[in-house]
Amino acid sequence: MSEPQVHTLVATVQDHPGVLTRVASLFRRRGFNIASLAVGHSEEPGYSRMTIAVEGSADEVSQCEKQLYKLIEVDSVRNLTGTAAIICELALIKIRVSARSDELDKVTRNHGGEIVDRSESSMIVQMPGDQKRVDQFLDVISGHPDAWLIEEISRTGAIAMARGSTHGRNG
Amino acid sequence: MSSTNGRSTNVVNTDSQIARSGGDVVCDAILEAGVDVVFGMPGGASLPFYDALYRYQDRIRHVLIRHEQAAGFAANGYARATGKVGVATSTSGPGATNLVTCMANDMMDSVGVVYITGQVARPAIGSDAFQETDITGISIPVTKHSYLVLDVDDLPRVMKEAFYIASSGRPGPVHVDIPKDVFVETTTCTAPQSLDLRGYITPTAGDAALVARAAEVINAADRPIIMAGHGIDISGAAEQLFALATRGNIPVVSTLHGVGTFPETHPLSFGMLGMHGLAYANFAMGKTDCIIGLGTRFDDRAVGKVEEFGPDAKVVHIDVDPAEIGKVLATDVPIVGDLKMTLERLLPLINHHDRKAWFSQLDSWRGRHRSLDIPESPESVLPQEVVRAIYEVSGGDARVIADVGQNQMWAAQHFWYEKPRMFFSAGGLGPMGYALPAAMGVKLADDRRDVWCVTGDGGLLINIQEFNTLAAEGINLKVAILNNAHLGMIRQWQEFFYEGRYMGAYLDNPDFAAVAKSFGLHGVGATTREEMNSAIEMAHAHDGPVVLDLHVDQVENVYPMIVPGTGVASVIEDPR
Repeated sequence: MSEPQVHTLVATVQDHPGVLTRVASLFRRRGFNIASLAVGHSEEPGYSRMTIAVEGSADEVSQCEKQLYKLIEVDSVRNLTGTAAIICELALIKIRVSARSDELDKVTRNHGGEIVDRSESSMIVQMPGDQKRVDQFLDVISGHPDAWLIEEISRTGAIAMARGSTHGRNG
Repeated sequence: MSSTNGRSTNVVNTDSQIARSGGDVVCDAILEAGVDVVFGMPGGASLPFYDALYRYQDRIRHVLIRHEQAAGFAANGYARATGKVGVATSTSGPGATNLVTCMANDMMDSVGVVYITGQVARPAIGSDAFQETDITGISIPVTKHSYLVLDVDDLPRVMKEAFYIASSGRPGPVHVDIPKDVFVETTTCTAPQSLDLRGYITPTAGDAALVARAAEVINAADRPIIMAGHGIDISGAAEQLFALATRGNIPVVSTLHGVGTFPETHPLSFGMLGMHGLAYANFAMGKTDCIIGLGTRFDDRAVGKVEEFGPDAKVVHIDVDPAEIGKVLATDVPIVGDLKMTLERLLPLINHHDRKAWFSQLDSWRGRHRSLDIPESPESVLPQEVVRAIYEVSGGDARVIADVGQNQMWAAQHFWYEKPRMFFSAGGLGPMGYALPAAMGVKLADDRRDVWCVTGDGGLLINIQEFNTLAAEGINLKVAILNNAHLGMIRQWQEFFYEGRYMGAYLDNPDFAAVAKSFGLHGVGATTREEMNSAIEMAHAHDGPVVLDLHVDQVENVYPMIVPGTGVASVIEDPR
């Protein structure tokens, strides 16, 4: 039995109301632990793509993939863990700031983010990247001597895509 | 809950322009699937469907059950007896929620049933209308698939998909929820010729290289054993199983649902394994060097303690459901495929071996551990004797539908099933109350064989209202109540594991023969051995439904028993 870790599954599913319920119900009833789940349109009309980050051993996640496959509206499932893949997410972070914000601008830019809203007392940072990068940015903000206060965090959860052309590849 | 909008695969029948109501579309789909009986109870939301059933009554027999749960169990029996799909129907709300146990039961036992439930009319959905419930929300975890049909143009395709999904691959329940106004609306659409179910794979023969590997492992084994599961029945592979066992000279044990897939009086048969399986069947699983699991999910009641189940065995597992492979046992040769087709591919590669040492070991266990001997009982009739008497009177050619609990184990143990689809019980979910309605479904599906419902008194009471259906429809069923005035398996567990602190185990029963008579059935009570034997003979000879209230020993236990969580070495055998 391998060590538990977060696996990234990408599923192509029919774009029906209720598909999300089915997937969520499956995870709950079989005790699979979802770290995050992101869903949106795919390149094909009528189909959505779901990225599911699931915690578990390799055996557990393999069972999870097979169970997902049994859902009639699931067209394909791939486990991108350990493969060449782009895995990223997007976070919006609202930070309470005092007057001086140049420093926050700099820190945000250094981490590859962007300030997308400014008010008198707060700013919203939009931070894309893999989970590690977002986590690091949050650590820097929390630990900064200027005592910035994080008021709100909203994260999309990971989305993922295998590197290289899809053409000629099954699944 | 696949809402069915947004798909472009509906076929508009422009040639004929024959408009059909939603209700007619459902009836046509039922006929198309070769089904001729529908079990159900009407209600407000399903009245338009019943109006269609009225028009189709010359082709579809509607059996009015007296509780929706009985409709689902009867449809299950119908499906298991025929290999076709069963159909059960109810109205919205309480009618539909009463079917949920049946769906869960079909799901656990891989039985194809299509459930048609009425729903409140579309404008009322979501308004907490009278008898409204989110039944597709409820049925998701207990169905193979489900639909809420919001457009009548989708209905022909949905119905065709429902029957296909219910019966193909690993069969299972499919739920179609239809709002009242969708039953009424008309459509000119017909189902597409070929279904667009991307991602739903119809099984084929298992991979040739893996099959060859399986043959190598089996041929090299000194102590192989076949574990025959329900998949043999479902795939229709009993002939191939017989060929594999006899060609390879390989002993066979069966799961509860595999009972009868291999003739139980054949010398290669070592009976049923599991918690209440025969001692020698379980000993064999402990010592085998090669488990050949065929159409089985290695259920915990069959396997017991995983570490002691074939600890030295290579595992060859053939199943139609990839998710079952490796789920319980680490598998050396995993083969996904249709069992019949896969065994056809495997058979020519199998060599005959004497396996003398293995058989002498097995036969010595069989000689010393006589799990099926019935002890002397001068004071009372033992429930095992009842099952034996039914076996004798029917010449072994009756179908037996058992309920859940002690009666289920005795019915599996003390009757020798020689053919597939002869013994049915609800093994996975274990819902008491299954046997009576399921037996009705079995008998209505196939009138050629005698059908015996073997039930406990507790289980009978759960769906005893079906005595009414039995009488009204004149279903020629023999009901044998093993009446021990207890929830027997509960009593047994409290005796074994709770030091005799009996709580909720005693049943203050009515006179079941009198109850049967009040329903218009032929009811007979029996307490002595002579009365029991003559009642069973009478029931066998009588042309019509009979209910036998057989007062058996109140404290008889099911043996052997492997204590849950322990291995086969700690098996409790009959102390007498």
